[in-house]
Amino acid sequence: MTKRDYDGPILEIEKLSISFFTRLREIPAVMDFSVKVQPGEAMGLVGESGCGKSTVALGVMQDLGVNGRIVGGTIKFKGRDLSEMSAEELRDIRGSEIAMIYQEPMASLNPAMKIGKQLMEVPMIHEGISAKAAYERALEVVTDVRLPDPKRMLESYPHQLSGGQQQRIVIAMALMANPSLLILDEPTTALDVTVEAAVVDLVKDLGKKYGTSMLFISHNLGLVLETCDRLCVMYSGEAVETGSIEDVFDEMQHPYTQALFRSIPLPGADKNARPLVAIPGNFPLPHERPPGCNFGPRCDYFETGRCDAQDIRMHPVPGNDRHATRCLRFQEIDWHAPVARAETTESTAVGAPVLKIDRLKKYYEVAANALFSGHKKVVKANEDLSFEAREGETLAIVGESGCGKSTFAKVLMGLETATDGAIRLDNADIEGIPIEKRGTDLVSSVQMVFQNPFDTLNPSMSVGRQIMRALEIFGVGATDAERRARMLELLDLVKLPRAFADRMPRQLSGGQKQRVGIARAFAGGARIVVADEPVSALDVSVQAAVTDLLMEIQREEKTTLLFISHDLSIVRYLSDRVMVMYLGHVVELGTTDQVFSPPYHPYTEALLSAVPIADTSVKKKHIVLEGDIPSAMNPPSGCPFQTRCRWKTEVPGGICESEVPPIRRLAEGHQIKCHLSDDMLARMEPVIKIAAE
Amino acid sequence: MLLFILRRIGIMILTALCLTFVVFALTNLEPNLEKLAKTQGNVRMTDEQVATWLEQNGYTDPMLSRYGQWLGVFPGWTREDADGKISGRCISRDVPADIAPQRCGVLQGDWGWSTVLREEVSSVIGKRLGLTGILMFWVMALMVPMALIMGILAGMREGSRLDRSLSTISIATTATPEYVSGVILITVFASSAVGLKWFKGTATSAMDGITFENFTLPVVTIALYGMGYIARMTRASMTEVMTAQYIRTARLKGVSFHNIVLKHALRNALIAPFTVIMLQIPWLLNGVVIVETLFNYKGFGWTLVQAASNNDIELLLGCSVVAVVVVLVTQLISDVGYVFLNPRIRIS
Repeated sequence: MTKRDYDGPILEIEKLSISFFTRLREIPAVMDFSVKVQPGEAMGLVGESGCGKSTVALGVMQDLGVNGRIVGGTIKFKGRDLSEMSAEELRDIRGSEIAMIYQEPMASLNPAMKIGKQLMEVPMIHEGISAKAAYERALEVVTDVRLPDPKRMLESYPHQLSGGQQQRIVIAMALMANPSLLILDEPTTALDVTVEAAVVDLVKDLGKKYGTSMLFISHNLGLVLETCDRLCVMYSGEAVETGSIEDVFDEMQHPYTQALFRSIPLPGADKNARPLVAIPGNFPLPHERPPGCNFGPRCDYFETGRCDAQDIRMHPVPGNDRHATRCLRFQEIDWHAPVARAETTESTAVGAPVLKIDRLKKYYEVAANALFSGHKKVVKANEDLSFEAREGETLAIVGESGCGKSTFAKVLMGLETATDGAIRLDNADIEGIPIEKRGTDLVSSVQMVFQNPFDTLNPSMSVGRQIMRALEIFGVGATDAERRARMLELLDLVKLPRAFADRMPRQLSGGQKQRVGIARAFAGGARIVVADEPVSALDVSVQAAVTDLLMEIQREEKTTLLFISHDLSIVRYLSDRVMVMYLGHVVELGTTDQVFSPPYHPYTEALLSAVPIADTSVKKKHIVLEGDIPSAMNPPSGCPFQTRCRWKTEVPGGICESEVPPIRRLAEGHQIKCHLSDDMLARMEPVIKIAAE
Repeated sequence: MLLFILRRIGIMILTALCLTFVVFALTNLEPNLEKLAKTQGNVRMTDEQVATWLEQNGYTDPMLSRYGQWLGVFPGWTREDADGKISGRCISRDVPADIAPQRCGVLQGDWGWSTVLREEVSSVIGKRLGLTGILMFWVMALMVPMALIMGILAGMREGSRLDRSLSTISIATTATPEYVSGVILITVFASSAVGLKWFKGTATSAMDGITFENFTLPVVTIALYGMGYIARMTRASMTEVMTAQYIRTARLKGVSFHNIVLKHALRNALIAPFTVIMLQIPWLLNGVVIVETLFNYKGFGWTLVQAASNNDIELLLGCSVVAVVVVLVTQLISDVGYVFLNPRIRIS
């Protein structure tokens, strides 16, 4: 098919409504949604999970499945209504005119087909070119997405590639036919921050190079700021605010957008002085939406009788370019009013060291191949970990996947035993005691809050029973009645209604489940709580509430919190000290201020640069790390970071490649593991600059 | 890869030893031996006579030593009578004591003597296995392609009319035991009740030469039963693959439906049924008993039944060795084939 020349908007969505039909009822997923994408423009679609943003994307692709149907409105692509096209015409457009990039690259690639074949297929279908020409094209595009060794790539199967490489292949596949519109559905959610930064960079460059329009779907405001020209904020199936990035970020005109910005940790937020403001309540289920404004029940500016009286339309905001909001009162609200101060709190005094880790090593022996075990390989998950944690402090452990942070948590919990070194809890060595040999005291004093609250609660046991079970194991309370009383106190502590004791986990939302998880962890008066990415599975608006709760309980109980995360924004917000890990090594350790300001370890510098920040006044230095994290099975010689370090050339004699750097003390309590000379470190510039207001 | 196969073969041999020992122990229990003595000697033997008979024929050695002798790793028993006549495991009328080998067991190719068929066990099994092999070959040749086609057609559009009708057929055929479907088939196609008389209701003549007429019904009877099962497995695997994200990727790439099925889904959907198909082979070997009896086709299943009901210990042992070997070999093939179908577990 020849591509038609067309001048108007690439994509025009007018008053689109999409519903899913179940046996019980019709569930509206998207209502009254309008958006226009001009040629070469990047449009962001932002919202929490379940707000309908992916449904819009699938609606554009006309791939809503058996149950989904467009019940109103039109989707026009280059002036042609997509819903009136035949299956034949749609197939022509898919892949050649509109291409899509998906959230999970591994699942989106056919596991039993070579990469090359999957790529070559696209132009062969749409342009009918020969396999040879298609191969040439594939080679070219794979080079364009900056993958090393393109020929070998085309000969590999998807499982032989890393996550970042797979996503590049999916991007390459989308670009094979040079489409006019690219739909990106959370393209980097499954990737590490530094890989994410590189992929985002790539998408931006390719968009410019090929002149492609983009529809960028994400829950991450910072990412949208970095990639898009315009954005549309969605809430519960509706667009609530749309406009250019500057207008929406700096002159927001909808209470939800405002609340969203106040609930994410931006530079300057502080857990004691300027705490986050969580959005009260929960996201409404599609069949339980309130009358009138969907955000009404959670809105600070809600006016009974007006906001819930009728359906709210989009209102253009005068003076701005195509800026519109779905709020009746947007002209009455004082958008610059300072945040109603949530109570500020005193930072807790940090006590004596509770936990001491000394040269901890954890090696795994794995068979080189799962099925055909031959010789063994050693995975060096933790190599030389040393640090202290004090009573009442929050120590964040930061690093990308594979850096060994979860392994450390397992060793501390006793799920694994250490290979070498020591973990001392109150001067007692615990590194060699597996969990089943630990006494009640030890088990209850070292507890964990897990990453995924959906899988960590027993689905067939009521919430109260599960907490009481934990109490029983920790030896709290002599009788069931005593334990029940304590359990109700714990529910109060995590701010859940006491009636929740009799509920089953499936009746709870993600945030509520995580509160139960927190209650369980603190049930036995834990001294140390390891929180392994406790909020990463939750929606943005709930994250703030759960984070604050964790902080509050910690303050009261004087617990030592080891906060494992890859999200530097939240780490900066809540931790007292930060430890940066890379390939099993502690590369930097210091107070939050020390770590977040220069001099940095080169890896910390790159991490900071990679984190998207949703603030237009923040200017970041642009550092993109090349390549992937090396495998822990085959770590590089010398400094673990030397393969990706941009400062390597500044160190004379190539010692980065031959010697592991020593731990150097830069200031009181600040240490880094780097060969860079003192004056090189002193010359480092801050990565994040906040423009003067 | 070679190392993997060698290791697997090693494990297989170990498993085979354990399994045959269990069968050996069970077939050589006291009551079985007593029955054997009475059928071989005299039905009205007294207990003392039975004991003497058992002692003279080497059945009083410890179980493990007898197993070793049967296997051919221990020397066969010998004993000298009061009148100087030497008898022993490896000594018979044809093979006098002076030229008899020391060991004679399965490993030496001496599988024993069938007391019922009055023939060497090895020649019985060879002949019968061959007959069943022919039957199995045709069953597989009919059943596997049909089942895969049905499963894939049903699974590519879950919930469609085609899916429902094919699913109904496959459930119906699997739910009908062979002795029911066989009888129905004979009634419809071979008897004068319906009058079609297309095929023969017995496969006895097929033992000498296969014709379309005498072999169709037994093959169809077995194939129908197994087909539904494989078709259901294939359908389940196919429906799962069709909802996978990479199928959506292909669809949104503009790949046409039949290419999605043939190029993207098929190979992934065949991974699970492949194992099932391989499991069908040992099932066929032992499961043909009913059909072989029904159509009077004297194959392996028929032999097994004869051996078991007539307390023919050595024939029974021979049959079980064959069964064990077939199970283990098909498992090895299925594991190796799995590796080729699924690139994710291919050796680096």
